[in-house]
Order: sequence, then C-alpha cells, then structure tokens
Amino acid sequence: MKPRFLTGLLSLLMPAMVLAGEYDLTVDRVKIDTGDFVKEGIGYNGKSPGPVMRFKEGENVKINVTNNLDEMTSIHWHGLILPFDQDGVPGISFPGIKPGETFTYEFPIQQAGTYWFHSHSGFQEPDGAYGSIVIEPEGREPFRYDREYVVQLTDKHPHSGDRIMRNLKMMPDYYNREQQTVGEFFSDVSKNGLMNTVSDRMAWGGMRMMKADVEDIHGFTGLINGKGPSQNWTGIFEPGERIRLRFINSSAMTYFDIRIPGLDMTVVQADGNNVQPVSVDEFRIGVAETYDVIVRPKDEQAYTIFAESMGRSGYARATLAPEEGMEAAVPQLREPARLTMADMSGMAGMDHGSMSGMDHGNMDMNSSEGMSGMDHSNMEDMDHSDMSGMDHGSMVMGKEGPSDPFYAKGSGLVPTAANGGKFLSYADLKAQDPLYEDREPTREIELRLTGNMERYTWSINGVKYEDADPIRLKYGERVRFKFVNETMMTHPMHLHGMWSILDVGADQWNPIKHTVSVQPGTTVYMETEVDGPGQWAFHCHLSYHAAAGMFRKVIVEGGPESTQAKTDVIAKDGGEV
Amino acid sequence: MSCIRSIVAVSFLASIGVSTAVTAQEMISDTTARKQPLTTWGVQFEEFEYRYSDDDEELGVWNADAFYGTDDFKVRLLTTGEYEIEEQAYETLENQLVGQIPISKFFDAKAGVRFDTPEGPDRTYAVLGVAGLAPQWFEVDANLYVSKDGDSSAEIDAEYELLFTNYWILSATLDATVAFSEDEEIGVGKGLVSTETGLRLSYDLIDRAFSPYVGVVHERKYGDTADLAKAEGGGTEDWFAVIGARIAF
Repeated sequence: MKPRFLTGLLSLLMPAMVLAGEYDLTVDRVKIDTGDFVKEGIGYNGKSPGPVMRFKEGENVKINVTNNLDEMTSIHWHGLILPFDQDGVPGISFPGIKPGETFTYEFPIQQAGTYWFHSHSGFQEPDGAYGSIVIEPEGREPFRYDREYVVQLTDKHPHSGDRIMRNLKMMPDYYNREQQTVGEFFSDVSKNGLMNTVSDRMAWGGMRMMKADVEDIHGFTGLINGKGPSQNWTGIFEPGERIRLRFINSSAMTYFDIRIPGLDMTVVQADGNNVQPVSVDEFRIGVAETYDVIVRPKDEQAYTIFAESMGRSGYARATLAPEEGMEAAVPQLREPARLTMADMSGMAGMDHGSMSGMDHGNMDMNSSEGMSGMDHSNMEDMDHSDMSGMDHGSMVMGKEGPSDPFYAKGSGLVPTAANGGKFLSYADLKAQDPLYEDREPTREIELRLTGNMERYTWSINGVKYEDADPIRLKYGERVRFKFVNETMMTHPMHLHGMWSILDVGADQWNPIKHTVSVQPGTTVYMETEVDGPGQWAFHCHLSYHAAAGMFRKVIVEGGPESTQAKTDVIAKDGGEV
Repeated sequence: MSCIRSIVAVSFLASIGVSTAVTAQEMISDTTARKQPLTTWGVQFEEFEYRYSDDDEELGVWNADAFYGTDDFKVRLLTTGEYEIEEQAYETLENQLVGQIPISKFFDAKAGVRFDTPEGPDRTYAVLGVAGLAPQWFEVDANLYVSKDGDSSAEIDAEYELLFTNYWILSATLDATVAFSEDEEIGVGKGLVSTETGLRLSYDLIDRAFSPYVGVVHERKYGDTADLAKAEGGGTEDWFAVIGARIAF
C-alpha cells in the first residue's frame, strides 16, 4: 500500500481541485493468534484486522482489491455513502471479486468520521476479513484531541463461520453455556419462592424459549485491534492529553458494554456522525456500530479498556498507559443477563394461556413507544427545545430497576454502569450537525423482525430473504421505517447506502446512524432520506441472522435526471465493470 | 450510458482523468448463495455405547441420525442397532430414510421407509411420523410403522435434559412401542410391546461434539410380546449399565 499511498500523499500536496488517492488491498489467508488459540482466517494485506484506511473528506479514492483466496470475495465500505455499484455486496452491488482478480473501487469520499470495511461474502467477515476507516474532515472538528486510536473489537471464535452456522442449524443452543441449571433453580427458589420459580420455569418452558438466550455464540475470545485479553493491546498517552478512541464493533454476533474504570468518556460521534457531546461512564456498542469517545487521563497510570459482552459470556480488554507494559486491574465479568417476559412481549403467537404466572411487565411498553414512536405531527405546539434538552439520564434508574426508553419496560437487558454512573442510551444521542432538513416522512414501512430460535431461522415480516421481494423506495422520498422486534434477540439493522436517522424524539437533532439496534419487545423508528439511487442491502448485522434470512434488498427507483437512465440496461460501450 | 451518475462522473473525470471509468452498472439480480435456501447437514449419535446387563449380556449400541437439506425439506437417515458382542449378531438393526418438512413452529412431519435387518427375519416398513420440541422442553419423536404384510405399530421416544451445570447434563429417555397386530415371527405381540428407559449423565468434553457419559438403561417387554419371549426362552426385563458418548459433527 505504501507507494500508492505516497502518490496519495503527493496528490494531497498538489494544489489540485480534487484530491485523489490510490490504495491497494490484498485479501489473504492469514493466521489469527488470539492468545487463547491460533486459527486460520482471512485478512487484508496479510493481517487480520486489515489496515486502518485513512481518507480525507473530498478525496476521490481508488482502491485496488486483489483476491488471493481460492473463493469469491468482496469488500463493503460500512457506513460510506457511495454509488451503489461500489458498495461491495455480491449479488446486489456487483458480482463479487473472483479468485486471482483485482477489482478497483472508485468513489468520492463525501463524509468524515470513523467507519470500517469488511467482506460481504459468506462468513469471511467473522473469519477475520475486516478493517477500519478513518476519514479526516475538510473543516475543523467541534472537539479537540491530542491523540487518537482506533479501538476495533471483534468476537473471534475458534470455529469457522461455516461451521458455526451449521452447528446452530443442527442445535440452536450449541454454543450457549449460560443456560439455566438446577443450581439456578434452587437459588431462584430461595430468592423468589418455590411457586414463583416453578411458574416462571413453566411459563418459559411453555413458550419453549430460554431466558438465557441473550447471545447465540459463546466461546469466543474478544479481540481489540486483533489482540486478545492476554496480548493486551496498549495505547500510549502522556498524562493530561485528550485521547480520541474510535470504537468499532466488528463482531459477528456480540454486543459489548465498554468502560474504562477511572476515566470519564465523552461520546462525540456515533456511526461516523458527530453528536452533541455526552459524558458517560459506560456504553453499549451494537454489532457494526461505531462510537468515538474522548478521554483525558490525568494520572501517570495504566487504565483498562474493558469490553464485556452483553450476555457476559466473554470480554475484550486493552490498556491505555503512559508506557508499554503497564497494566491496570481487569474487572471480573458481571452476572449473565437474563431475558424477562418483557423482552418476549413482541412475540407473535405466544401462548398466553401458559403464562399466567408471569410478570406482565410487557403490558407497559409505552415508554419506548411513547418516546420514539410518538406522532410528532400532532405535537407542533410543544416546545421541542425542551424535548431535546430533556435529561434522559434521569430516566435511567427508576423505582423498578433500570430502564431505558429503547428497551422494553422491565427488560432484563437494560444495561447499568458498573460504577453506578451514567450508561449511554440511544436517547442521549443528538446530532451535532443534522445532514438533512427535518420534514414529514412521505410514508411509513413496517418491518417486523421475526424468527424462530429453535429452527434458527431469521426473517423480516416472517419472510426469509430467499423468498422475499425487494423493498422498493422512490428517489426523493423520506421513508419512516418502523421496526417491531418480535423476537427475543437484539438485532442491529443496517441499511446500506443511505443514512438511518434514528428517532430518539429529538426531531431535527435525531442522530444520523448507519446501524440501528432494535431490542427485543420494542418498536424503534428511523427515517431515511432516499437519496441513493440503485439497489442496496438492508439486513441484521449479526452474521448468522443475516445468513439465515434476516436480509432484504432495497431498490431505489428513479433518481436525479442524469442517473435516471434505465439502470437495467448495461453499458456496453466500454468502461470497466 | 455515460449519463449515469454524472455528478460522480464529473468529479472523477476532473480528478482521476479516466475518461469513461464510471459506467452504468446493471442492477443485477442476486444469484449468490445468500438468495438460495441455506443447505445444511449434521450427524448426531444420541447414543453410542457399551451396555452390560444384569445377566452378563454385552451389547454395542448406537442410535444416530444424519440429515441434509434446507429449512423446508430435509432428508434424514436414522439408524439404530444393538450388537450382541458374544454372539456376534445384531439383536436389532433398523435403518430409516425419511423426508422431513416443517408443519408447525416446533414440529416436523416425516415420511419414508424403515428397513430392519437384524439376525433373523427382515422387515420393511412405511414410516409416518412427527418430531419436534414439546412444551417444557421435551424432545418428542412419534412414528407409525406399517410393514409390507400390513402389520402396524407405533413408537414414541421422548427425551428430557436436566442441566446440573452447563456441561454436566442428565438426560432421561423413554421409548415405548405399541403393536396393533401380532408379528409372531419377529416376536412382536399385540398391545404394548416394550419400553426402554434410560438415564445418562454426560459431560460436554469437546463443545457438543463429544460428550462421554455413564448411565443405566432398563428394557422391558410386555403382554403378548413378553409371552413370546418367554416361550423362546428369553428374558423379559433387562437392566444395563452403560458407558458411551454423545457425538455430533
């Protein structure tokens, strides 16, 4: 990559109107050493994770991707706004990159921030084919920092992606090692009484659902920048410096709860878009999301970056230290999360007869509905500045345990900060610079997130991708997507090519994201300005959910005059396709 | 088609100087594996064990199935056998080949053929069955068999797993067979034929791929079937100590 990068640098120095950089990536078989195990995998330029690709806003990039594998590959630039045929999804953007072939991506960089890239072919991404993207903005950033590090997480598993998928299909609980045991039954009896415990077990058994079904895949080693907990990736700092940490969750399946004991984190960016700074003690990063935080360690000591998986089945760990080799204490994993009946409330066809003993916390889901689902058109008289200035932090600890408007009321998944402090909620995210004018959506599309854990089938509106028609959007419209999670799992929904404006009730300050987590038993709304002609992928970013069918193709019909040519006619007059 | 995406094209032309680099890309249709039904396979030995009975009988026993297919249709091979080690003969040897389709959220229907080729007379049956997960986590497999000669029988298997820990698992199994007509040649009387109950304590040693276990198995014959066995000079009830492993790959 170096010589090409030099040309890139040269072109930066040239007083040209438009910047252009050329980059090379090879897709290679690599060895991945997690400290716990060594595994054959896939990487870029001989390594997994691949390099940090550094671009500049306004630059036109040309990326030559050479496939050194003996199978097809592809690279998707996650979160980048680009022409659809450069988006890198085989079967939707382009046919893919054949073994031995070099494919050249060319697109203008029209944004800044932290993003990532990964293969969109088979299970190459869980097998190691991912890297990070850092785009320097044209203008000044609204926050200052002295140093920056990419902190890219993954959940590296000793099994290959293909094998994991097959095992899940054979036995959906193959990897789940936090299931309820006889011991837990007795400890619940002593806590809640025999009858309550029995009726609770009967209610769940009646549904044939597991309270422990928080994470499908256990047994991974959490990696940060390719390093396992024992290898301890370390970022060096000088006391007093502001450090920008660009967190990227490149996991196949795992949400992480991240904290740095002893340091406040100021969240300044989510999914590449600046947000109004919010100071937190801990945050949850969904699969495929990014969060940029600024920390300012004042003392000459080491700090542990601790990332516990949402289901507490594993963790990743890294260190910030004034010098290499220093370490701080590594916290213990907290108790595994357990789903509650509230998390099941979205379930269709649930046998309510068998649920008489349960806590009907689900009935009271209006907090999330009310928050994100309210009809803003009827609220013109309301003072919206009050709205966005609302202290959502105060909603975090209610009388009945923690709550968060983006979780079902009474959900067992609501995160709390280990130190009792502030845990980031989606409700805290407010755009720093809205990209679009706020306007009424032209229509609403309901997407029910559906599935069957026992068969390990995942779908949208009950239909798997293989049987589904594309979702058709019209260029220029503003679509309001209504996600209704009818499953007991959390789904990070990722729309390619166009921004997902997450409705947190802040109107024009709603944050602009590329991946939106939908918790079990909740309804979440996002709006999309349909400004990307062509066709795009839209899917749950949990690798094995996407592969099992929770995936759609979106076709954007029409476009600016110049692009309105019949796109189903291929250019035969030269050019490289 | 240079009109496609002229905005992009213009910036590219300006910058990179490639004259027709940006061309229309067909809105291709998805023919990748993702758009195809996911085909998968698996092999499981629920039982692969050595049995030692209370009257010193030694058996090698397996109960396994292999499948290949999609969510909508699977082909499944089920095989079970009891090999008498001393006599070097199969006490039972059943192989079933069935097609399987989902009929409800938790249950599949199966149809196919079953070939019994133990020591002694062979039998061929048509099979119709349902298998799935019943409420409260009982794995159930119920089958109806009709032989070429018109003899019919039904078999129900149920299994429940108790997790002492997430690795130490006690599984309880019950198999019961009922015959609707007598098939004297193979020692089957009308009515409740036999039951086999088992308790096995296993430890997941390698993922869920290899889980060694020890246990006890109780086999009993009933009614006319028991009478037929007695007439043959055989026993009607056996207790076995078993040692073996659950295997999946």
